[in-house]
Amino acid sequence: MGEIIVITSGKGGVGKTTSTANIGAGLSNLGKKVVLIDTDIGLRNLDVVLGLENRIVYDLVDVVEKKCRVKQALIKDKRFENLFLIPAAQTRDKSAVSPSQMIELCDELRKDFDFVVIDCPAGIEQGFKNAIAGADRAIVVTTPEVSAVRDADRIIGLLESHGIKDPVLLINRIRIDMVKRGDMMNIDDILEILAVKHIGVVPDDEKIIESTNRGEPVIADSKSMAGQAYRNITRRIAFPDENIPFLDLEPAGGLRGLFKKVFGDKKV
Amino acid sequence: MLDVIMNFFRKPKVASKDIAANRLKVCIIHDKTDGSPEILEMIRNEIIKIIDNYVEFDRDALEVNITHADAADGKTVSSALVANIPIKRVKRIGK
Repeated sequence: MGEIIVITSGKGGVGKTTSTANIGAGLSNLGKKVVLIDTDIGLRNLDVVLGLENRIVYDLVDVVEKKCRVKQALIKDKRFENLFLIPAAQTRDKSAVSPSQMIELCDELRKDFDFVVIDCPAGIEQGFKNAIAGADRAIVVTTPEVSAVRDADRIIGLLESHGIKDPVLLINRIRIDMVKRGDMMNIDDILEILAVKHIGVVPDDEKIIESTNRGEPVIADSKSMAGQAYRNITRRIAFPDENIPFLDLEPAGGLRGLFKKVFGDKKV
Repeated sequence: MLDVIMNFFRKPKVASKDIAANRLKVCIIHDKTDGSPEILEMIRNEIIKIIDNYVEFDRDALEVNITHADAADGKTVSSALVANIPIKRVKRIGK
């Protein structure tokens, strides 16, 4: 039976969709069978981040309204073995899907897939409730900014009140140089405030923009720092028993700490 | 060397990340308590239980609030749980 993971954040623009695409591609590179669901109905984007926008026939609303079979709506990514996408509908709104329909869909997909990764829309309304309804666990994406971390705190509270225990944090767009000179909150600052565990740290990397321009997940770029960070994160998701140690980012000399954190599990 | 001299004359500057972390803590405390007056009510009731052992006070006038104020250094903001308990009489305790 597969596992359902929701990628959420509260605040928009922190990297949920990019993270979903890369985690999906990364899990499939590790030999897992993965389906990604874009639940941002009306503002779909996961299709373009993955470069699959020209291949959409059916979407999530068609599936839940039973206008097509689930298999018909699955878009196979030709570059990654066993990676599929169910795109969001673009001309409907969030009320076209209900939480109970999402639970039903997730339970059907978990029979055939190792991982179902759900890209959640920004906000805490209907779209959020749909996205988390069928989830077993959650990854909360945040950036080292007051607004994003505040929203993450709110989201963590809402997830827990919906019975999704122990959400983990993905800290995105860390700038090592700024952390080093004390102009950006470091990992420990954020973890202390939110009192949760983190699953990884992704450095701010121009390669993300380049790869998104092309519609290719950055995880495929062996030279990219962000790609390496996502590869580490997917290993932590796929092999939780490997127990990859987290090396703390020292408050004073952040550079070495982050390097260790990003590349740490290469040694394992 | 020039840096050392310049730094000597410069006012000590709070790292902006510390300002961010501080503001964030205050925001989150407020987000959590503003949204749930029940928590403050629970704190209020627990305080009544304890204080009642020692003093007589006006229960209806007892106020519990979360406030935030600029700290003495003028650079940070801190949150405080403030209880205003109008005492009528201190009870005679044991001994």
